[in-house]
Amino acid sequence: MSRALWGLAGLAIFAALGEALPRLGLISPLYAPPLSRILSLLGDQVQQPRFWTATVDTLKTWALGLLIAVVAGVVLGVAIGAVPVLRAATASTIEFLRPIPSVALIPLVSLLYGATITSTLVLVVYASFWQVLVQVLHGVADVDPVAHDTARAYRLGRWARVRYLFWPTALPYAVTGVRLAASVALILAITGELLIGSPGLGREIGNAQDSGAVPQMYALVIVTGLIGLAANLFARMAERRVLAWHPAIRGEVPV
Amino acid sequence: MLEVQGLRKVYDGHGRRVEAIADLTFTVGGGEFACVVGPSGCGKTTLLRCIAGLLPPTSGQVRVAGEPIAVVFQEYGRSLFPWLRVAQNVELPLKAAKMPRAQRQRQVDEALAAVGLADAHDAYPWQLSGGMQQRVAIARAIAYGPSVLLMDEPFAAVDAQTRADLEDLIRSVWQRLGVTLLFVTHDIDESVYLGQRVIVLSSAPTRVVENIVIDLPGERDQLTTRADPRFAELRARIYAHIKKLPSQRAEHGSTHDLSR
Amino acid sequence: MTLARRIVTLLGLPVVLVATWWFLSAGSTDFYRPSLQRIVTAFQQTWFSERLVVDVLPSVARLAVGYLIALVIGIALGMMIGANRWLRALCEPVLEFLRAIPPPVLVPIIMLVAGIGNTTKVIVIVSGCVWPVLLNTVEGVRGVDEVLADTCRSYRITGLNRWRHLVLRSASPQIVTGARQGLSVGIILMVISELFAASSGLGFTIVQFQRGFQIPEMWSGVLVLGLIGVVLAQLFTIAERRILAWYHGIRSSQREW
Repeated sequence: MSRALWGLAGLAIFAALGEALPRLGLISPLYAPPLSRILSLLGDQVQQPRFWTATVDTLKTWALGLLIAVVAGVVLGVAIGAVPVLRAATASTIEFLRPIPSVALIPLVSLLYGATITSTLVLVVYASFWQVLVQVLHGVADVDPVAHDTARAYRLGRWARVRYLFWPTALPYAVTGVRLAASVALILAITGELLIGSPGLGREIGNAQDSGAVPQMYALVIVTGLIGLAANLFARMAERRVLAWHPAIRGEVPV
Repeated sequence: MLEVQGLRKVYDGHGRRVEAIADLTFTVGGGEFACVVGPSGCGKTTLLRCIAGLLPPTSGQVRVAGEPIAVVFQEYGRSLFPWLRVAQNVELPLKAAKMPRAQRQRQVDEALAAVGLADAHDAYPWQLSGGMQQRVAIARAIAYGPSVLLMDEPFAAVDAQTRADLEDLIRSVWQRLGVTLLFVTHDIDESVYLGQRVIVLSSAPTRVVENIVIDLPGERDQLTTRADPRFAELRARIYAHIKKLPSQRAEHGSTHDLSR
Repeated sequence: MTLARRIVTLLGLPVVLVATWWFLSAGSTDFYRPSLQRIVTAFQQTWFSERLVVDVLPSVARLAVGYLIALVIGIALGMMIGANRWLRALCEPVLEFLRAIPPPVLVPIIMLVAGIGNTTKVIVIVSGCVWPVLLNTVEGVRGVDEVLADTCRSYRITGLNRWRHLVLRSASPQIVTGARQGLSVGIILMVISELFAASSGLGFTIVQFQRGFQIPEMWSGVLVLGLIGVVLAQLFTIAERRILAWYHGIRSSQREW
């Protein structure tokens, strides 16, 4: 309880600074309007359909991209991880492709698809796919060698091995991968909108910047932070729920 | 010399009071080897932590003549720095005490040689067996040049053969250094074999039940000492005390019936 | 495994993929998807020139400066916050919120305050890299082993020695994890900071190619970015192997038991 109180106190201090620094002139109000102004503007925003359309667009891009990335990452991860030859053959390629920054694709996709949701979607899928794939691969590699030998001794078929051996071992890793992917996907969705101009909150921030509407820009940035926060909390809750049964809730793989 | 007077420790938290130590008074003379035994959960570790200054007592006091105090913990795997090599582990407390490099080096070499690890300087602790890791922890304590050495069930987690070796090692270290040694254990045989005196504790809330002088000869040997009829007598006497005690675990904070 | 087999598993798939791209795109007439051959030619002409000095090096230098600043700030603040229970409780919600803001949306705000010079670009990189480093450091410091902490107290290892030999090293696996995440964020922000109102830099150049419809050059720029990402990831792995040698040693020795 006292922990939550401390946290609230921290937020209150943060908010108070956001209000006081511009008012006292320590930061120019032109650059950083007082929090109360930002919040009242935010109050106006939420009454406009335009704001909600943008929010829904962002969430749609995020959810769709994440879904594609998770399905592809899990399927490929289990398939590659369960077959040693495939695993060895793809290792170098994965190590090479993974660090390629997703924003490198921005000029490409905006040329190929223009300022559409598809462009942003490609970025989102590309960036979050690796998070899932790498965690799943680690998970499959973590299969207990004794359990593996047991499965072989009892002549479990390939499917049975995937179903009863690889999948349960890899699940906690996969869930961690999904959690990481969820936040990466949101960042890329909003980045794509900001830079490519596909519809969503990111584009609204760009518009606010272009028209010099500073408080509005801050209001939208706060909204993106709140959505990100909600996504993180939700993903962590889901992680705990899914893994509640698991004997050892494993930590993140340091990759 | 080590003096514990009216020591009392009450854990207060989560709306529950657990009296771990009720009232402890005892003295260990300078250069004496004393063992503390008691049923599991009797607050032995709490006592040791209070003496080491890791835990403030609720009341009473601990007086230690001479500095410094060195501690050897039961969890050898967790008390060594896994990112430091063996020699660096032994050296670190000396470094923190700002000892000049040459002297540091000499003390580390001597201490590692004394525990039979002269050629393990550059290994990492996790490359060694459990018994060897505990030897490193003992070497670190020796190198520190303590006047009081506290050991908290140091051999509880090693196998029987290693344990016998380490017991003899600690006897010889004590004889050579002349430190005041307080050795906490739950193993009655071990306490009789090692100490000059055994302090028997009750279960929590802990008191001293008896203070037994171990009048076995100073030269001890795993075979002959343990076969000595006097050894069996002392062992039986301590065993009788511990068996009489209600075997409750202090951690669970259950009610204690001391009326028996 | 024999050397030949090892080489085949290492290079087999990449060679097949590149060859496939090469032959499928050979003689491509699609304006937006030029043949790999033309991209490679453009790559040589474009990047083996003064551009390397004028555009690539400054970008990478800004990344290095921003990343290092973020590491120092993140680790220092993280150790302070992680070691202090009430400070942690106080800061946690605020940090969670700040971390959740997608770093690129801060670019317009930072530009507003700091203009469009090098400073802005470095601040942008710091503002994104610092969070994974900071939060992972906090977690790492929180996880310091109790017995080890007791050992330090009983042997009077205090002050700077304690921070250096106990806290920093205990937290280092997590700090490295955070630093790795921070690095990939940093590369992204290096590019993004150059997309807004810049006049030089890798990101700027690539967008210029895109706007000028110099398609093979643009593709080659994408390749450069990819290569930078790969090289930095490799450098990071080398550094990690040195810093965390003990940690990987423990993990593999536990696996043997």
